[in-house]
Amino acid sequence: MNTQKLLGIGAFVIAVYVAVPLAIALSGRWDFYYTLTSVALLSVASAGVWLTFYIGRINIGQGAYALAGGYVSAILVTTAGVSFWLTLPLAGVFCAALSVLIGLPILRLRGVYFAMVTLVLTEVARLTALALPVTNGAKGITSIPLPGEVSILGLTLIPDFATLGNPKLAFYFMAVTLMVICYACLWRIVNSRLGHLCRSLQQNEELAASIGVNTAYLRVLAYSISSFFGGIAGAMFVAISQSIYPSSFQVADSVNFMLNCFLGGLGYVFGPMLGTLLLYFGWDLLFTTGRYQLLIYSSLMIALMLVLPNGLLSLFDRKGGRK
Amino acid sequence: MEQILANGLYLGAQYALIALGLTLIFSLMNVLNFAHGQMYVLGGFVTYTVVAQFGLPFIVGLVASAVVLAVVGAGVERFLFRPVVARSKREESTMLLAAGIAFFLDAVILLLFGEKQRGVPKIVNGVFNWDFRLVMPYDRILIGVLAIAMIAGFIALMQYTRAGRAMRALAQDRMAAQLMGVDVERYSMLGFALGAMLAGLVGGLLVTITGVNLGMGGPTSIKAFLMIMIGGAGVISGAIAGGFILGMMESIGLTLLAAYGDITYLVIFASLMVFLAFRPQGLMGKPWG
Repeated sequence: MNTQKLLGIGAFVIAVYVAVPLAIALSGRWDFYYTLTSVALLSVASAGVWLTFYIGRINIGQGAYALAGGYVSAILVTTAGVSFWLTLPLAGVFCAALSVLIGLPILRLRGVYFAMVTLVLTEVARLTALALPVTNGAKGITSIPLPGEVSILGLTLIPDFATLGNPKLAFYFMAVTLMVICYACLWRIVNSRLGHLCRSLQQNEELAASIGVNTAYLRVLAYSISSFFGGIAGAMFVAISQSIYPSSFQVADSVNFMLNCFLGGLGYVFGPMLGTLLLYFGWDLLFTTGRYQLLIYSSLMIALMLVLPNGLLSLFDRKGGRK
Repeated sequence: MEQILANGLYLGAQYALIALGLTLIFSLMNVLNFAHGQMYVLGGFVTYTVVAQFGLPFIVGLVASAVVLAVVGAGVERFLFRPVVARSKREESTMLLAAGIAFFLDAVILLLFGEKQRGVPKIVNGVFNWDFRLVMPYDRILIGVLAIAMIAGFIALMQYTRAGRAMRALAQDRMAAQLMGVDVERYSMLGFALGAMLAGLVGGLLVTITGVNLGMGGPTSIKAFLMIMIGGAGVISGAIAGGFILGMMESIGLTLLAAYGDITYLVIFASLMVFLAFRPQGLMGKPWG
């Protein structure tokens, strides 16, 4: 079992680092790099949403943290001249701190109540970005410089992105690396003592509290880790698009993060990654249908819910049940 | 001061009507209807089509909105929510379905009515002016009064009719209502249709004043969520209170905070956070187990 798992992970890493760039180089479809980079980053944000699902909360507010992280990075890079690589963790930490403040009152809510509050949070983040002077209002922050060089003792670890011949490939590797690290962390969290405690919260919070689990602390912790993921994904997105506007992440994005998790399956760590890939590519493929894109997309989504109300991975459940 | 209060009342009446529909659906089905704002926009467009395109009187447009949305609501409950609720393991699945329906209605509105801002001519001309202390166009007064009349009608329906009693019983305890011989499926469908109809009616009312456009759906849903969080989800009095409170806060906030820019909703949200920290179930909601 264990070697099988290791082989699977190894195959996945080889696929994203070697096979995908090779396939793209052979087919000449360079635009796929942008698509795949977006998928990788969105799946990082979705991973955060998944973690809040893991403690039994429906989080539709990830867009707020992605936006906050993006703005923190953009402002630090443009006004303070801080290196992008330093702003990346800073954006995550800022979002985590923010989420502790916001999470303390709202994590007492449950079910649809929590979902509603987080949805409102996304809209409020957009309004805040519009109103604050430091975010430059609706005009947003544009022409943010590309990530610079990182070197230790004269040894270049990461080259300056502006000097690279093919920044698309560099961004792809950067995003995929981030994704792999985040999912490795997520996997580690889920399979640790913390993960078991989170599962106990998901099943029955009162029962967990009655046997001595510090539920208030745990749910804030899980929520802040989730927001950390949202923040770094947002910051990275800003570095790639080199601009940020209050509408960069809005309610539809927050809803999509949630949908990614649903689609991939809530009981499976790599579910959000699969869900993001399917949703994003599905949307892209439907682009050719022009003005019927949204109609077909939403019809498919409704049809999927009618056929498989428990998510894509329930297909595997049924197979397991027959044996 | 009088002006601010009057604006708040006017806004609150509409908001309360939107929140009523949402809370009705929530209490009956335990479904958070993400598509509520889209239903409201659809209602506005139906009234626009009947009044501005076909040239029929406004009241016909309003009735058409109500009928179309009631049919849409009943259909959505019968063919989408009922099978999914029956078969899904987690109650969250209905949220995905509701989000899908919201996207779907957006697409339908885009294809049928386009993305332009639409409005109908004023139904009543003239402005009510009380010594410049209170200035209010007559059509706004009319819409406000109509909205309040509809709220009163809705409450009467829920309190004094057989269907209303059945729906209240359903909201209280689905299982017990079923055991007492209430036709659960029929009244769920009726309740969903009624909730959607209310959304359509508000859309029809507001198209005369602010007009409608495609992008209004999402923000309207969000405002409706805010209201039922203030008042407490699934409680009719809570929805009305939430609507009027949000209307008042918006009206007061826009006046007081105008000097600091567009931060009214920020302040409202911050105060909501503090409020929820003390009372997570809202003003009149029941604490959950």
